[in-house]
Amino acid sequence: MEFFIQQLVNAISLGGIYALLALGLAVVFSIVGLINFAHGELMTVAGYGLFFAIGVSLGLPIAIVVAIFAAVAMALLIERVAFRPMRRADVTGLLLTSFAVSVILRVLFQNGISARGMPVPMPSALAGSIDLGFAHIGVIPLLSIVATAVSLGGLLLFLKHTVVGTAMRAAAQDFAVVRLMGIPANRVVAVAFAVSGVLAGVAAFLWVAQRGSVDPLMGFVPVLKAFVAAIIGGLGGLAGAVAGGFVLGFLEVACQAFLPAAILPYRDAFVLGIVILILVLRPEGLIPAQTGKRS
Amino acid sequence: MLSVEGLKVRYGQIEAVKGLDFTVAQGEIVTLLGANGAGKTSTLAAIAGLAPATGVIRFENQKLIGLRPEDISRRSIALTPEGRRVFPALTVAENLLLGGAMHHKGASLDATREEMLTLFPILRERYRQRAGLLSGGEQQMLAIARSLMSQPRLLLLDEPSLGLAPKIVDEVFRLIAGLRQKGITILLVEQNAVRALDIADRGYVLVNGRITLQGKGRELAQSDEVRAAYLAA
Repeated sequence: MEFFIQQLVNAISLGGIYALLALGLAVVFSIVGLINFAHGELMTVAGYGLFFAIGVSLGLPIAIVVAIFAAVAMALLIERVAFRPMRRADVTGLLLTSFAVSVILRVLFQNGISARGMPVPMPSALAGSIDLGFAHIGVIPLLSIVATAVSLGGLLLFLKHTVVGTAMRAAAQDFAVVRLMGIPANRVVAVAFAVSGVLAGVAAFLWVAQRGSVDPLMGFVPVLKAFVAAIIGGLGGLAGAVAGGFVLGFLEVACQAFLPAAILPYRDAFVLGIVILILVLRPEGLIPAQTGKRS
Repeated sequence: MLSVEGLKVRYGQIEAVKGLDFTVAQGEIVTLLGANGAGKTSTLAAIAGLAPATGVIRFENQKLIGLRPEDISRRSIALTPEGRRVFPALTVAENLLLGGAMHHKGASLDATREEMLTLFPILRERYRQRAGLLSGGEQQMLAIARSLMSQPRLLLLDEPSLGLAPKIVDEVFRLIAGLRQKGITILLVEQNAVRALDIADRGYVLVNGRITLQGKGRELAQSDEVRAAYLAA
């Protein structure tokens, strides 16, 4: 029973990280039609933010804020420098631009900071576990679940109860008409990138808290998983991205926990096999995005 | 108020508007008539900043070509686009909010919203519903109300009667005529030439991106060319 609950917590916490990242991809995709392959580098930037802030003894709460700010600043910078000039480009042009941004940033990290991983020491309190009576649960998975819930709730409030948030939901349906209302396109797009930066920053903290280090390729694997999650969910839909993230987290943890040791090395093959099965059954994803996009 | 000189709109190889000249004076209802593909929608899109245009468009002596749609909206011009294009997943309340949020805030925004809900009682009933669940006529009311939320001085209406039941069409045209009483100048694009000329002060007939005929509303309605070509009389 305890084993089962622990695995459940692991699944929710891992799924939460994927959900945050997939959501960041979906927010940008729904508005700009861009699949941002540089999203992983936003995570990496946030990781280095944590590394430097903790390195100068700023304390974890402030370090987390620094990490999120770093990711938001980078998101706004790449939007302004790389994507805004390409606004009228087609899907292929945008895709190549995001690949280029991703590679440039990675090389900058490798040559400007270090190609090797840098240790990010976490407070010892995070390493422990909490006895809930029926099970011992790690502090980090619990923290992940809380942080994910707070981020998702905050985003929901933002999208529902602010003018900019409402404009973002409208822009996902019909961007031209949003502009006809006098709402500046550049502002809506910049806010979408900023939101994706916040989500990447939170995810980066949770990821680094588990691994204890940051390296130039840190964002690659989790964001690759987040693409899978976003596609399972139905690319572009926000609810779908969250659902896809949790489904992928559950699949990975379930395979990890229940596959026999002999075939455990093929875990990812099993997970992706199930993903393919889901897409065969539901080609549009679990919750197809409603985009009323017009030319 | 609005003057258009030598307006051309080109999408790639296709020239949709081939040199238009027309004017709209303060307080007028002017209609652009013509068959499908005559360039009516492109003309409105060019004024609103959505279509790539050349020539000169002046609104109160300011040149509009080259401005972005959001800048033109702030100069008190609103376009209610063809096909209504309400935001289907947003509520009626949210659709209205976005219409006015960039133009005024607080009490002024609330007062305008109240005015709209009084003008369109059906929107008050449906206030918390998603716009996508509204009927075609209700969506058209919402689209017009959303445009009016910005308190425009010039309203561009693109095919407001398209796809609506005759009874609703009556309502829409009565409403448009009423907007003039509020001091809003209107440029109306319509396929329903009879109804449009009935409320319009003046009209222009477009054929293949050019103006072929112009005149006062009633006179145009009587002219043989219009009757033959557009009124199917």
